[in-house]
Amino acid sequence: MKLRPGQKLHSAVSEAQLVVVKAPSDEVEIGCGGVPLLDDGQEADAGATLDESLGEGPLLGKRYADDEVGLEVLCTRPGAGGLTVDGRPLLVKGAKPLPSSD
Amino acid sequence: MNLLLLLDMAAAGRGDEVAVQSGDDRLTTGELLAAAWTGAEVAAGASALAYVGTNGLAFPIGLFAAAAAGIPFVPLNYRLSDDQLHDLLVPLGDTLVVTEGEEVATALAARGHRVLDAASFVATARAGASAGDVPADGEGPAVLLYTSGTTSAPKAAVLRHRHLTSYVIGTVEFAAADPDSAVLVSVPPYHVAGLANLLSNLYLGRRIVYLRQFDAPGWVGAVRQEGITNAMVVPTMLARICDVLDADGAGLPSLRALSYGGARTPATVLQRVMALLPDVDLTNAYGLTETSSTIAVLGPADHRAARDGDPVATARLSSAGQVLPTVEIEVRDPLGQPLPPGELGEIWVRGEQVSGEYAGREAPLDTDGWFPTRDRGSVDADGYLFIEGRADDTIIRGGENIAPAEIEEVLLQHPDIAQCAVVGVPDDEWGQRIAAVVVLRPGATLDAAEVQAFARRSLRGSKTPETVTFAEALPFTETGKLLRRVVQADLLAIG
Repeated sequence: MKLRPGQKLHSAVSEAQLVVVKAPSDEVEIGCGGVPLLDDGQEADAGATLDESLGEGPLLGKRYADDEVGLEVLCTRPGAGGLTVDGRPLLVKGAKPLPSSD
Repeated sequence: MNLLLLLDMAAAGRGDEVAVQSGDDRLTTGELLAAAWTGAEVAAGASALAYVGTNGLAFPIGLFAAAAAGIPFVPLNYRLSDDQLHDLLVPLGDTLVVTEGEEVATALAARGHRVLDAASFVATARAGASAGDVPADGEGPAVLLYTSGTTSAPKAAVLRHRHLTSYVIGTVEFAAADPDSAVLVSVPPYHVAGLANLLSNLYLGRRIVYLRQFDAPGWVGAVRQEGITNAMVVPTMLARICDVLDADGAGLPSLRALSYGGARTPATVLQRVMALLPDVDLTNAYGLTETSSTIAVLGPADHRAARDGDPVATARLSSAGQVLPTVEIEVRDPLGQPLPPGELGEIWVRGEQVSGEYAGREAPLDTDGWFPTRDRGSVDADGYLFIEGRADDTIIRGGENIAPAEIEEVLLQHPDIAQCAVVGVPDDEWGQRIAAVVVLRPGATLDAAEVQAFARRSLRGSKTPETVTFAEALPFTETGKLLRRVVQADLLAIG
């Protein structure tokens, strides 16, 4: 899928929802629980099943990234199913120790 | 990404926790989200939602209701005259104007505007239980914010959803605040810091306590009563808070972090704050309306090192700190060429939070997306940003560029000088000459020659004010920015 910043994605196998923060320049395959994520409004195919071996699903407010393709997503609804891009697990981004200016 | 998504996430994560509080009136994140959707129904058909009022629940409800309705939110300065408000509202089209106070409501209604009292708006919005799907749009204008207009007529900066959400997501971690933390917001809703405060703290999961309008005893009292842990103030507020703390000696035991910004902070004020609140983490924030608030910060570690006497850190206390990792900065010469560290020029910035766009005007961004801030400054070898002042304020005397701030900083060291403004006035020989307007402390006596002699001790002759006049007060914006064009106009009128 060709992604764009701000694009909303949702899992085909759980309640998980994501927003694209940084989009790779090339097309990538981004999945949740081993099943490709769906574009806003797109319905899941019947029979899609969650692959538990891909780990925990995304947590609300956490950002997940892959530096190799330059992808970053933000979890806006938690759900089951580990996130992957082109088969690699997405890594959670650490908290940024910025002093609060607000 | 849409602003409303930030609130939607907060409500999903901790819907029962208090999001905003005004007096004893509280809204949880879940209630705020429902009020936003109901408020959007109230604003149906309008082309914008304007707010003319102080800090209170109408501000967050209005902001998110506008986002839910897909229209821009326009907070306006409630101190403006009815005619000024009318002039700013006309270009917005068929706007719903939420107002506080009967007089302004009557005046605007008489000029043909659709007006709704803030208390009714809040009551109606809170009574509903509406919900909806967060709009996917991140491109639309979320907020039109009038710049303070210290050097020219105010213009409306266009902050799109994607600018504001980039700022929040790039600078704060979702739900990372301590559960007991609370922030006191006293900057007005029409200031970008008021907007940034609301969004960042909502996303962080920190209870927001509104002070309707700033006054120092009220602020100090609210910090103590509400167990406030965090706050953001502008420099004029800081000086008045110090006066109150000095007088009662009771300190602010609950306060952990205090950030300041919005205008230049005199070194004398900062020294007082560090002495009065030794355990509080201090942060100096620099940003502009056009950059969705903060783009550089001088953090607590820098302040502590300065307090402990580190000479490098002490010199950096007058800096705006380091630029956020999500923002790029360049100091450029008048031909647009980047300058090396330490050299003075105009500050240009680029980043996803940087808008640089004004309603009805061509955006001043260059072809690569860099925004000229019109602030002059330099960046040292370690990336610390030193702001000298507005490019438009620079005095050019006999071909020499002189920053008013340098001279003002010297004059403020005089124990009898409470406030001062240094501006350039036309001069046949030099092009411009340096004029200082000085406000003395109560009971002090000082003449022009004494002020000049004091300046001359630290400044060379060409930077010593050629004229010194005395005034009862200086014109400041409510957020502490000196209105130099008013000072200049007054001086020219006197001759």
